[in-house]
Amino acid sequence: MHVGRQTWLFKNKPVIISTGTVVGPDEGEGPLADTFDYVHEDLDMQEKSWEKAERKLLEQATQAAVQKSTIQENQINYFVGGDLMNQIISNTFAARKMGLPYIGVFGACSTSMESLAIASLLVDTGNAEYVMAGTCSHNCTAEKQFRYPTEYGSQKPPYAQFTVTGAGAAIVAATGDGPRVIAATIGKIMDFGLTDPFNMGAAMAPAAVDTIQAHLADLNRTPSDYDLIVTGDLASVGLPIARDLFKENGLSLEGTVFNDCGLMVFDLETQAVQAGGSGCGCSAVVTYGHILQRMQKGELKRVMIAATGALLSPLSYQQGESIPCIAHAVTLEMEG
Amino acid sequence: MATKSKSKTPAWKTGEWSISQEQYKQIANKREPSRSVYKNCIRAFLVGGTICLIGQVIQQMFISFAGMSKEQASSPTVVTLILISVILTCFGVYDKIAQWAGAGSAVPVTGFANSMSSAAMEHRSEGLVLGVGANMFKLAGSVIVFGTVAAFIIALIYLIFGINIKHG
Repeated sequence: MHVGRQTWLFKNKPVIISTGTVVGPDEGEGPLADTFDYVHEDLDMQEKSWEKAERKLLEQATQAAVQKSTIQENQINYFVGGDLMNQIISNTFAARKMGLPYIGVFGACSTSMESLAIASLLVDTGNAEYVMAGTCSHNCTAEKQFRYPTEYGSQKPPYAQFTVTGAGAAIVAATGDGPRVIAATIGKIMDFGLTDPFNMGAAMAPAAVDTIQAHLADLNRTPSDYDLIVTGDLASVGLPIARDLFKENGLSLEGTVFNDCGLMVFDLETQAVQAGGSGCGCSAVVTYGHILQRMQKGELKRVMIAATGALLSPLSYQQGESIPCIAHAVTLEMEG
Repeated sequence: MATKSKSKTPAWKTGEWSISQEQYKQIANKREPSRSVYKNCIRAFLVGGTICLIGQVIQQMFISFAGMSKEQASSPTVVTLILISVILTCFGVYDKIAQWAGAGSAVPVTGFANSMSSAAMEHRSEGLVLGVGANMFKLAGSVIVFGTVAAFIIALIYLIFGINIKHG
């Protein structure tokens, strides 16, 4: 049901019955290492190219999600997914193996919540019984496509972010046990004219703020109604900016915990990740691993995840264009 | 929440943004950690200087042990430095040095070798011709283009002002 300006309220409360998370070595050394289903020791994952390695991450995450559930893969009606690669090849090629009806989406790093929102909508409206939502990113494919060759010696500025090597997948079902998807807000494109592709946290902060505010306003809630509000990958530069903007707009964050997946997935003190994590996999592995596990333990009752995405291309920033950004927010609740 | 209905709708509920792009840039700039210019200069000086020192040692070794003259020793010295740089790139070390050293590891010949070998390695998966061949100069290409253009302009200046160059 459409409520407010841009929010879907899911009356039937679709359930995330199972998730799968697979990460690379750096994430495996981070503070959330124990929450992932599988940690790869190498970045190449015994594959011949970085692109194949990224695809393997997603394949393994979807397989893990199916294995942990009580259903078979062929019971899933649709697969919704996307990634950072040109023509979203990681998802498309992974979907080739699955043999499921496939909806490819692109929202850069916001794809995690974009795909979860669409999957929940399909289930809530009765158009599907089981839908898989998945996304992935790989540090080396992102470096190769958006920046420089991985072994090229260039100094990254302190506000740059480190793309997470990881994939997360979730199975959304009409009935079952687990955290429920209550509502989703589809974000607007926000562009405040920033052009530095290394400073994505600052470019994306207004999108996160806009979507979180819309989500709260549409649902007639305040931040204190949430145990946790997390952004996707604003990292150590973008998150304080988001706090400043909330203050500017008169929204108090008292009574909730406001954090960012890019800050949670790595230890910024000991790991050389500059401002923190980013990438489609960042919010996916943190949400489908750490956050959902905390919800299942009863530590968190209501959580909002606002995944942020910088919708730039290597071509657009070379031509001097600013960075359009987006954020999609989803509210999850654990009953009982 | 309903008790506040008489007061004006707070800014966050309206969905409108009152700040301009310029104002936002100021907010964002305040939170942007600055690059330490002095620290980077010192590091670049140390690492760049060390690379040159290593080059000098190699050159001296060619002179002392291989009986070469100073001119003869210069080419094998450069080749040796390039080889070391490529090996460090292949082992995934050069980019880590560069994160610390900044321009110190980018400016010497080792930086040029790193830019070519890293691009070649990265695009090996696309084949020898369209991958390695076409992408090897992806980063180094602009150095060659602008190096040639600069050389041409200098040559013109020499020609116009009639400066004679003695070739060594």
